Amino acid sequence: MNYTWNWGIFWELNPEGTGTYLDMLLMGLRWTLATAALAALIALVFGSIIGVIRTLPNRGLVLAGDAWVEFFRNIPLLVQLFLWYFVLPELLPKAAGMWLKTLPNASFWTGAIGVGLFMSSRVAEQVKAGIRSLPRGQSMAGTALGLTTAQTYRYVLLPMAFRIILPPLTSELLNTVKNTSVALTIGLMELTARTRAMQEYSFQVFEAFTAATLIYLALNASLTFLMRRLERAVAVPGYVTGK
Amino acid sequence: MSASATPMIEMAAVSKWYSPQFQVLKDCTTSVDRGEVVVVCGPSGSGKSTLIKCVNALEPFQAGTIRVDGINLSDPGTNLPKLRARIGMVFQHFELFPHLKITENLCLAQEKVLGRSREEAMAKGRALLDRVGLAAHAEKFPGQLSGGQQQRVAIARALAMDPIAMLFDEPTSALDPEMITEVLDVMVELAREGMTMMVVTHEMGFARKVAHRVIFMDQGEIIEDRSKDEFFGSPRSDRAQLFLSKILSH
Ligand SMILES: Nc1ncnc2c1ncn2[C@@H]1O[C@H](COP(=O)(O)OP(=O)(O)O)[C@@H](O)[C@H]1O
Ligand SMILES: [Mg+2]
Repeated sequence: MNYTWNWGIFWELNPEGTGTYLDMLLMGLRWTLATAALAALIALVFGSIIGVIRTLPNRGLVLAGDAWVEFFRNIPLLVQLFLWYFVLPELLPKAAGMWLKTLPNASFWTGAIGVGLFMSSRVAEQVKAGIRSLPRGQSMAGTALGLTTAQTYRYVLLPMAFRIILPPLTSELLNTVKNTSVALTIGLMELTARTRAMQEYSFQVFEAFTAATLIYLALNASLTFLMRRLERAVAVPGYVTGK
Repeated sequence: MSASATPMIEMAAVSKWYSPQFQVLKDCTTSVDRGEVVVVCGPSGSGKSTLIKCVNALEPFQAGTIRVDGINLSDPGTNLPKLRARIGMVFQHFELFPHLKITENLCLAQEKVLGRSREEAMAKGRALLDRVGLAAHAEKFPGQLSGGQQQRVAIARALAMDPIAMLFDEPTSALDPEMITEVLDVMVELAREGMTMMVVTHEMGFARKVAHRVIFMDQGEIIEDRSKDEFFGSPRSDRAQLFLSKILSH
């Protein structure tokens, strides 16, 4: 193989006029972080609501929650992003579609919301499983004390359910970060997209992707570390079952 | 009729089905007077837990009526959470909230349901912990207590709501034998103070000591509902006799 290694490439200026190649990658990282953060927030909020809904004694709500999960879980993420980015604006009334298409940073919003909704189906599964794993007597005890259903969830069921599902939620968070790279297909210049651009400009494919690999690794290792700290911080003294 | 003359708990022809094929409660009628202690016994699966859970509407029932303190549970205007807050319930498996300290377990519903201040709830909780002999454990978590201690906390948690009646569903049957007495002692004291109690238990010693009446259930039916002395003394149904001979021979 006839390949000239050049690790100094990161300090060379990129042809976009935005500084060095390293600056270019870091700019991508910032979009990855922003997209992942918003997507994770959306996934957590919607996943929790849908997960809770699926454990309520109301058939209609349960069916609606199930439908949500099946829709977002069974369609490939790539297809979902295309649907939101290319198809949805065409289905809307002309003005609304136009507004969507010309939205500043449209690929960021679409990417974050798309990945967030996709991940919400997986969080919903975890939340439901966490609630179901609690003894039935727990919700009865809350109810018997006069707590309303909402209060029973808020003060009794969810605090334990979330503690129990923290380890799988950590994997879902890592998946969220990784899945943001799919948003490059709708034009989001996140880390992977920037890496590809760097490769195309400089032809230093190995250096570019080594850097991207290390950045993703460092990012997810940090998140894992933080989540472990969180697990330890909220661990319940004397509680053995969860682990 | 004055309020104190009506029974605390009145069940009239209560029937419940878990499915069209399975009737778990059959035409159950009984009542518990104010200050009365009623023990419910019967073979496993006879519907004792279901019956007692109907009293605070933890389980819905399809036929009959239940009134607690004169309030009809099936009346659409009845505020069930508010009514439940006035009925204490103690479960077989304690059901303390594992992520909350003992004091927080005692304060939660006092604050969220009764609207008491933290100080007020704490004072009440500490007094009750003291009463069940667990003041030293106030800052621990449930998982750090023995089963007997957890059950005493659970009783204190129910009492913190100033209940008008207490329901117990086999409060000692998940406990190691050496811890049963400490829980029964608390219950005996409560009974002697005049608390209205409905207790599902196989502890016939407890029944002999403080019960006013004993209900015997089998296959969803109330087979016997008699004063304690009649239940333990005079002739009774074959099924109750068989059941008693089995549990008393232990
Ligand atoms: N949620 C439920 N769904 C269907 N059947 C139930 C349910 N809970 C209890 N049962 C059945 O109802 C019967 C009475 O149960 P239970 O009231 O717990 O009896 P006991 O407390 O006397 O042992 C049992 O046969 C039990 O299997
Ligand atoms: Mg039972």
